[in-house]
Amino acid sequence: MTQRSQASTQRRPTFDRVLLMRAAWGSLGKLDPRKLVRNPVMLITECGAVLTSVLTVVGAAQGKAVSLGLQVSLWLWFTVLFAGSAEALAEAQGAARAESLRRSRRDLAARRRLADGHIETVSADALRKGDIILVADGETIPGDGEIVAGTALVDESAITGESAPVVREAGGDRSGVTGGSRVLSGQLTVRITADPGETFLDHMIAMVEGARRQMTPNEVALQILLVGLTVLFLVVVLCIPAMAHYMGVATTVPVLVSLLVCLMPTTIGGLLPAIGIAGMDRLVQRNVIALSGRAVEAAGDVDTVVLDKTGTITLGNRMATELLPAPGVTREELVDAALLSSLPDETPEGRSIVLLCKSELGIRGRDIRAPEQAVFIPFSATTRMSGVDVGSRRVRKGAIDAMEDLVRGLGGYFPEAVKAVVESVARNGDTPMVVADNARVLGVVRLKDVLKQGIKTRLAELRKMGIRSVMITGDNPLTAASIAAEAGLDDFIAEAKPDAKLGLIRKYQGDGHLVAMIGDGTNDAPALAQADVAVAMNAGTQAAREAANMIDLDSNPTKLLDIVEVGKEILITRGALTTFSVANDMAKYFAIVPAIFAAAYPELGVLNIMRLTTPESAVLAAVVFNALIIPALIPLALRGVHFRARSASAVLRWNLLVYGAGGLLLPFLGIKLLDMLLAALHLV
Amino acid sequence: MARADAVAEPIEPLFLARSMTQAVVSTVELLVLLLPAAALLAAYMARVFRGERTFLSRGLRPVEKLIHRLCRIDENGEMSAKTYALCVVAFTGAGCFALFLIQVFQGVLPLNPGGLRGVRWDTAINTAISFSTNTNWQAYAGGTTMSVLTQMLGLAVQNFLSAAVGMAVAIAMVRGFTRRESSTIGSFWVDLVRSVVYILLPLALLLSVILVSQGVVQTLRAPVEARTLEGATQVIPVGPVASQEAIKELGTNGGGYYNANSAHPFENPTGLSNFLENFALLLVPTALVLAFGLMVGNRRQGRALLAAMFVLFALGLGLSFWAELSGSPRLSEAGVSGGANLEGKEMRIGVPATALWSQSTTATSTGAVNSAHDSALPLSGLAQLFNMGIGEVIFGGVGVGLVGMLFYVVLAMFIAGLMIGRTPEFLGKKLGAREMVMAVVGILLPPVALLVGAATALVVPAGTAALGNPSARGLTEILYAYTSAAANNGSAMGGLSANTPFYNLTLGLAMLVGRFATLLPGLAIGAGVARKKTVPSSIATFPTTGALFVIVVIGVVLLVGALTYFPAFSLGPILEHLLLRAGGAA
Repeated sequence: MTQRSQASTQRRPTFDRVLLMRAAWGSLGKLDPRKLVRNPVMLITECGAVLTSVLTVVGAAQGKAVSLGLQVSLWLWFTVLFAGSAEALAEAQGAARAESLRRSRRDLAARRRLADGHIETVSADALRKGDIILVADGETIPGDGEIVAGTALVDESAITGESAPVVREAGGDRSGVTGGSRVLSGQLTVRITADPGETFLDHMIAMVEGARRQMTPNEVALQILLVGLTVLFLVVVLCIPAMAHYMGVATTVPVLVSLLVCLMPTTIGGLLPAIGIAGMDRLVQRNVIALSGRAVEAAGDVDTVVLDKTGTITLGNRMATELLPAPGVTREELVDAALLSSLPDETPEGRSIVLLCKSELGIRGRDIRAPEQAVFIPFSATTRMSGVDVGSRRVRKGAIDAMEDLVRGLGGYFPEAVKAVVESVARNGDTPMVVADNARVLGVVRLKDVLKQGIKTRLAELRKMGIRSVMITGDNPLTAASIAAEAGLDDFIAEAKPDAKLGLIRKYQGDGHLVAMIGDGTNDAPALAQADVAVAMNAGTQAAREAANMIDLDSNPTKLLDIVEVGKEILITRGALTTFSVANDMAKYFAIVPAIFAAAYPELGVLNIMRLTTPESAVLAAVVFNALIIPALIPLALRGVHFRARSASAVLRWNLLVYGAGGLLLPFLGIKLLDMLLAALHLV
Repeated sequence: MARADAVAEPIEPLFLARSMTQAVVSTVELLVLLLPAAALLAAYMARVFRGERTFLSRGLRPVEKLIHRLCRIDENGEMSAKTYALCVVAFTGAGCFALFLIQVFQGVLPLNPGGLRGVRWDTAINTAISFSTNTNWQAYAGGTTMSVLTQMLGLAVQNFLSAAVGMAVAIAMVRGFTRRESSTIGSFWVDLVRSVVYILLPLALLLSVILVSQGVVQTLRAPVEARTLEGATQVIPVGPVASQEAIKELGTNGGGYYNANSAHPFENPTGLSNFLENFALLLVPTALVLAFGLMVGNRRQGRALLAAMFVLFALGLGLSFWAELSGSPRLSEAGVSGGANLEGKEMRIGVPATALWSQSTTATSTGAVNSAHDSALPLSGLAQLFNMGIGEVIFGGVGVGLVGMLFYVVLAMFIAGLMIGRTPEFLGKKLGAREMVMAVVGILLPPVALLVGAATALVVPAGTAALGNPSARGLTEILYAYTSAAANNGSAMGGLSANTPFYNLTLGLAMLVGRFATLLPGLAIGAGVARKKTVPSSIATFPTTGALFVIVVIGVVLLVGALTYFPAFSLGPILEHLLLRAGGAA
């Protein structure tokens, strides 16, 4: 499962030509001040750009030297454009994906069954919640719905990117179908569960296009900090002319505007919207649709995850792993009998016994058939055993008490040693199955719950992130404990009734934990609704999908890790770029403040620690650096700062070093280089 | 100590090294006594504010009960943050108004042995705001402007009450962190009475007695007339100095009985009294930080916060020591002194103890001075301005220092939280938009107010007319005045004739902003976190008691301070320092 999901994760290059063109066009639209109101930092930058531009034009009309003013104005406009293009690029990426999704359901027709039983053909757009439709071989399912009747093989590759078709059938937990997927074989009667515009496809398109994006609580808090800093710097810069006037120093508007724009957190202010959009897009790339950005960020805070045993941690079927002969019975005898009794048995347990026996016998691939005259006795709840009759020979395998009755009934004797083996197998949390040939007990087959591939490492990764995993199972405590120990779970609830999940989640939440839950069944719906982060399998029931705030299109339960990772990456990217942006300010002060005052007070020239060529080149270099750093960081904003599962302190130490210390030092270097370049080009 | 210019005589390195050692020793002495005392006081305070029995309860409990009965205070009452805030504002406002009336009518009121007239309206407003906001900026000359009644019933009472208000708010905020899903944060009146009765009064009583033993004046007599050597008559005002001195330091008030404040021999006669007063002004704020740790059930949290404060304190102190002990090139040039900068300092106190005091008084919001800050060297001034400018969070004022530091912690934890990929939290409380707004207001509004105030004073004639010094020094003096006001410090650099309507009113406004932009956001954060669940910590939680936390908090404080004041400091103390070294006109 893990590998499959990774394979289906389609990584697109961050930039391609079409996307860039679209983004460039989009960024022009972002200059509209009405749109910038949502982003105060960039709004003020634009006001600064307008102010310096006007002054430059006025100055030029009066015949003054406007070289610096002109260049500053130009770069201020670039700053706003670059910031706009970051958001536009993120949106263009989403739009490109949305478009390919839309293509999948163009011009769909649906066969709707009317109340009187007649069938009419309508356009997919006309379908409403509650309509009953028929879908046959080769047809595309026109809308989201739940199967009321029928079974079919469905190709969901248009939605999930997963080429292997899946079985969908009425009843049970695999009854959901998604509009846009195609029925390969079979006939389905589907009840439509979403009006047009509200289907998953629509949600997906809306999320990646950023249309339904609302600011998350963390984004709001960060925006407040950025506005606070902006106000502070506005006051700081406005006070400079007063102080300068008292000190007998003249200041000019372009220089002051330059200082203001450089100090304001334009880097993070410009990239902030893009980070959120790109985060959603990254989730979609991993085939998860989040119904709100809030849920994605909450995923980064989750510290407890509630998992179902079956289908999530284990494959769901017990597998034979060991054959234990009774005293006085040879291994060959046991293998032979076990194989014989299981050959016609099509249950997963039966097949696993055949596999085990074959490998014991060293035969691979060769077709072994049951003797012609053999009669298969299938498993039933009353007999609790299965086997074959070959003439008078009756080979049986089954639960210990049933087998004991059988053997005694036939006048046989049930060895104590076998009982001891049975008990020891059960103590390990496995299921013992006794094999007997007529009245002779041959031995025990160990059936084991087999963990899904990779689940152990995934759970270990969760633990490294500080997330505790809790398993819920209907098994007895012994079995549960053994699986929990094997998979490396932190806790388990055994012999759980269906409503235990809800109670468990409530209990954890009551203690202040944030709980994630992954579910697919209808009985999971209340628990999903209660959980802070609720991931429903796309293959799950409609009830589960409605209760969840995220849908996993791959129906892969370990997807939670990806979701947590993306949630954390969004936050880390914001934090890192904020730190970087603010740390940059020191260098800009050291560039611009001496440039303003050193003419009147040469002593302040010592603050010009970068030894910038002239006051003009210093100001311009700072402004250019401030503008260029935005496009330079767009790839990082779109890709996100990578999260590695380490202790919180280690993560913080690393990010502080890179984005804090780096943010402090890098602009000194950058501004110095730009200054040298500007001086070499004689631009100032 | 390589000096670039040839004009100033080089100081002997040995002298500097010796003085530096002496300075460090005196600092260590102070800290060695301060820390255990603060730890003991913290344990006592935590018990007091949790309403538990203490060793003083036998004597003080009846007093507390009596006050509760007289004022009809419900001991088990609980308030929402809004009510609490309303009480804080109303109580401060009432105190301010009463103080204004006492000053204006002191001429016709009793206990006026000096026959002083009513205080001028703008001075009265300024002083009323100043003392009720725990600033104790004194635009007037204490002994010759205020009657004994005003000093005792007005100023000294406010010294207790304004300190108690700060303490109450800090405790209410801390209480917020300890509560879960609660809509209340305690009762203002109960906290106020406990602060005064159990903490400030006993400490002040103890300290006054010791100070009297050192020769600090304590009397209700009329001014003493003395005949000087030249035969002139000198009037020396006396009064209840020791009692006011004690609460002046303990309550981080700083308003002295005399204009010369703790440089005056009647306020601070001996080396021991100087040490004790310095100790006293650091004691309560330090103890409150440790009490915070105890109250949130995490002793190490208090220590971590205190560690951050100590590092910041040491940075400024180091700069100040170095500047003062290196001396002024100007004085060396004039042949006055080749060594440390003794200008404006009391010989009986000496340079190291003076620098230590100046650092302590500006780090806390005391503002009491034992030297003329105007005579300190520019870099000392820089350290002092920075201490106040960051909102006095290095120990800080009684209560408000902790509140202010918690603003920085909220900011630091917000950034740190994002960078580890979690919704930011502190002490198990998620920090959301509300906490962010309040922390941003608490950290940035006072600097904004003081910068606007200083910039205004620099451009209007009413502002610049009051200056005694030109250029960078003048700018620093004005900046210092507004910084001191907005930080509710109250120390003055001098050189600025600030007793004018313009300064009295604008500085008064800055004090109000500084005070309420700390108290009210503090309460709002307390209420916000009280309402939230407490998230249990896991390995994904950033440990807030380790070295990394301390570094992050220090980093945020330094960065915010540097970004706010870089231009202003460049034109003020930094330029002055550079001019001084270059031999230009200072």
